[in-house]
Amino acid sequence: MQSSIMNTFSSGTRLRDMIRAIRACKTAAEERAVVRKECAAIRASINENDQDYMHRNLAKLMFIHMLGYPTHFGQMECLKLIASPGFPEKRIGYLGLMLLLDERQEVLMLVTNSLKQDLNHINQYIVGLALCALGNICSAEMARDLAPEVERLLQFRDPNIRKKAALCSIRIIKKVPDLAENFINPAIALLREKHHGVLITGVQLCTDLCKISTEALELVRKKCTDGLVRTLRDLANSPYSPEYDIAGITDPFLHIRLLKLLRVLGEGDADASDSMNDILAQVATKTESNKVAGNAILYECVQTIMSIEDNGGLRVLAINILGRFLSNRDNNIRYVALNMLMKAVTFDAQAVQRHRATILECVKDSDASIRKRALELVYVLVNETNVKPLAKELIDYLKVSDHDFRGDLTAKICSIVAKFSPEKIWYIDQMLKVISEAGNFVKDEVWHALIVVISNASELHGYTVRALYRAFQTSAEQEILVRVTVWCIGEYGDMLVNNVGMLDIEDSITVTESDAVDVVEIAIKRHASDLTTKAMALVALLKLSSRFLSCTERIREIIVPFKGNFVLELQQRSIEFNSIVARHQNIRSTLVERMPVLDEATFVGRRAGSLPGAASTTTATSVSLPNGVAKPVAPLVDLLDLSSDDAPAPSSSGGDLLHDLLGVDLSLPSQQSGAGQSSNSGTDVLLDLLSIGTPSAPSSSSTVNILSSNASIEAPVSPLDDLSSLSISSRTTSNAGAAPVMDLLDGFSLSPPTENNGPVHPSITAFESSHVRLTFDFSKEPGNPQTTIVQATFINLSSETYTDFVFQAAVPKFLQLHLDPASSNTLPAAGNGSITQNLKVTNSQHGKKSLIMRVRIAYKINGKDSLEEGQISNFPRGL
Amino acid sequence: MIHFVLLISRQGKVRLTKWYSPYSQKERNKVIRELSAVVLSRAPKLCNFVEWRGYKVVYKRYASLYFCMCIDDEDNELEVLEMIHHFVEILDRYFGSVCELDLIFNFHKAYYILDELLIAGELQESSKKTVARLIAAQDSLVETAKEEASSISNIIAQATK
Repeated sequence: MQSSIMNTFSSGTRLRDMIRAIRACKTAAEERAVVRKECAAIRASINENDQDYMHRNLAKLMFIHMLGYPTHFGQMECLKLIASPGFPEKRIGYLGLMLLLDERQEVLMLVTNSLKQDLNHINQYIVGLALCALGNICSAEMARDLAPEVERLLQFRDPNIRKKAALCSIRIIKKVPDLAENFINPAIALLREKHHGVLITGVQLCTDLCKISTEALELVRKKCTDGLVRTLRDLANSPYSPEYDIAGITDPFLHIRLLKLLRVLGEGDADASDSMNDILAQVATKTESNKVAGNAILYECVQTIMSIEDNGGLRVLAINILGRFLSNRDNNIRYVALNMLMKAVTFDAQAVQRHRATILECVKDSDASIRKRALELVYVLVNETNVKPLAKELIDYLKVSDHDFRGDLTAKICSIVAKFSPEKIWYIDQMLKVISEAGNFVKDEVWHALIVVISNASELHGYTVRALYRAFQTSAEQEILVRVTVWCIGEYGDMLVNNVGMLDIEDSITVTESDAVDVVEIAIKRHASDLTTKAMALVALLKLSSRFLSCTERIREIIVPFKGNFVLELQQRSIEFNSIVARHQNIRSTLVERMPVLDEATFVGRRAGSLPGAASTTTATSVSLPNGVAKPVAPLVDLLDLSSDDAPAPSSSGGDLLHDLLGVDLSLPSQQSGAGQSSNSGTDVLLDLLSIGTPSAPSSSSTVNILSSNASIEAPVSPLDDLSSLSISSRTTSNAGAAPVMDLLDGFSLSPPTENNGPVHPSITAFESSHVRLTFDFSKEPGNPQTTIVQATFINLSSETYTDFVFQAAVPKFLQLHLDPASSNTLPAAGNGSITQNLKVTNSQHGKKSLIMRVRIAYKINGKDSLEEGQISNFPRGL
Repeated sequence: MIHFVLLISRQGKVRLTKWYSPYSQKERNKVIRELSAVVLSRAPKLCNFVEWRGYKVVYKRYASLYFCMCIDDEDNELEVLEMIHHFVEILDRYFGSVCELDLIFNFHKAYYILDELLIAGELQESSKKTVARLIAAQDSLVETAKEEASSISNIIAQATK
């Protein structure tokens, strides 16, 4: 009766009715309409300041919020309800606060005062509400303001409040670690409690305190270890207690928390570890393992055993438990077993190896979570002795594996094969299997590495190209396989046709020249082939045109249609190659000589230097030049790079060796259009040779003179000579007044390094501490104002030598940062030398925002780690 | 620590969300979308753990509802599974064989229960009985307040008749 009278003042429906109405909606649009109507009513009610319906409005808003609609207009209602005196209002108000707000909202600060009052309320349930809200959403400021109240409540008479205060304290010390010391003593007092709730939360609080503060850790270790061991023993031996019993075990949650705290206390302390050995052994042997609860305890116990100081017997016990877990039929148990074995590998690899067969089976499990864990475990178990059978198993499985899983699996197989391969032929065989099976999942650097290896294995060239030819017949849909095949046929096509270098293990095949060209033709005409593949195929065709003279005309016919290709790269190649094939028979054979062997070590080093996303740099295998600047480029490039001694070191663009060599890296030609830029000129000579993509530059550079002086050499033996003879012949034809292509051929010479002609920016001291000074020198790439080349120079200001010196930098999103490898990782003492490192920063907001950078410098002094961090915001304007 | 608790229905409707780590509203919606897709698509009998963005999500299906808890990588997955069961048993005891509809129409009650079970993403109470007792005590506080309110409004109504 009453409510109907009250309803005349409000248009609101009851919560229940609103939920019904929403559930009755058949479409999302209907639902939106209902919600919109309700929200409008609630807003109106809020505006009228309708006290009677605040409670109901908020409940409705929470439901609407759960459906994902915006409800910010209800935030102030929460605060009003919290501030009202009654328990029901406060209860729903706090619930709304936790649901509708998060700690980052300003509104939250307004509630601090109400919270403070409620924490001191005489009604313990209201205190409980406030503690719960504070524990779930408090911010650092609130934590500081209210920590004394919470600390006091840890000693409240009612256990219900003590346990809530304990968990609330966890949130507070996580938000403001400085406050931890205030909580240490009251927390330790909680460990003596009998009430399970208080004990559980107290143990948890101590665990978190110990993680935050070493002072707490030492104190708890000294004062409480024995007590905790006793508590755990009493708990483990306690008779059946219905209130806490789960599957025959008394309070597994408390068990687990005690084991966790013991783990923290035992880690790195032999005495503490010693005192808990007995109870751990008891838990490990006596706990029933047929239910989740028991297994959860065993799992925690195993973790503790493996973390505390070594005790051989216990660890055997732990490994045995994991073995049992692994053979369990329950997937959950197997999952955690795999998880733990991963940690066990570090101290007992032998024991884990024993389970290898089972683990390998898990890789093939139908459950993605288990597969992933198992694969990671197998990955760490591989070594030189077992790599062959393991790789075979994995590759066999690759054929039947889930599509989603193939990416991970392929990456791991490639990594295993590359790391542990006993011989090259085995490596090539396995990689061929992988790329024929899952070529589309193989990363660029992996197949580039494969080509480098193939190039190095001169006795296997014939074998490899034939194997690839066979694989191509069955797996032509695998892009990466196609690329590698095309490259190899381009290089070693003659070996394919003539069965050169037959190994005993292979069957001879008959491949005609035209069959080999067929492969490349399929690759280039295949609809799915991407630009890289097509570009590679064009290069291969050019090479074959000189090797298979019978097919020259056919090759020209394949090349010619690309003259009209929409992709400039292909169009240009097609026109140029066509002209080489048609008109320059005399230079063709030298022009398309086989690639010189690619250097493996440098390739690996370079890869390390150009790993995407790696902010830190590796200096492992970079080539050191006379001028002291490391230069992670291939020796081939060095060989050709005649200007490197007197020019600034070319900074590679981070592209891959092969890309440069084949001239397929499409980013390069576009960069070159900012002509005269020294940073690429060195690297791209060969690119120029093949792609002839550089705009013509004045040919009066010294390089050409050097090359000209070699003109008398008859039989070219090195690539350098190739270049020179090519240059000469092209020049002579050019002089004869031929096609415009000649100009292009003419123009492949190195453009002389030009000095920076952009505005000059002053150098800055970017970072200075008492140990190290970092200065930045700036230069710009002409024609590219967004990009700044920063040369960082590090000086050691102390009297100790720094080793393992690593510089890392981070920039906000509008900047892009590329770090080249540093010149060294050792910084001599007292300024007796420096480390330099080039950074390339691209500012997408050039002219609007200045550069800003956060840096971290890590190094070791006498083997001790040292770390410095700072922010650099004093960059000159306009960079 | 538990970063959040999610209850999702078989149809992907959210029935309860509780966040113990700061996620903005936008992130929350994204997380819910992502996770419901992952969890709902998993076949039965697979393990109850999903690795997700460097965390682990422990989930368990009860009738038409999926209970999910997101935990740190080093936390005990099996324990969290037991915790979910603990929560479900308490709900069951409170509502008397709980069903999805109970959690829809009395969603606030489910939140109150969860608040007696977890704070700051940590377990608060291992005794189902204690939780039930605390909830009952607070419910009766609300009832008393309501009765008082209605008797006052009765008096007012009588007086103003």
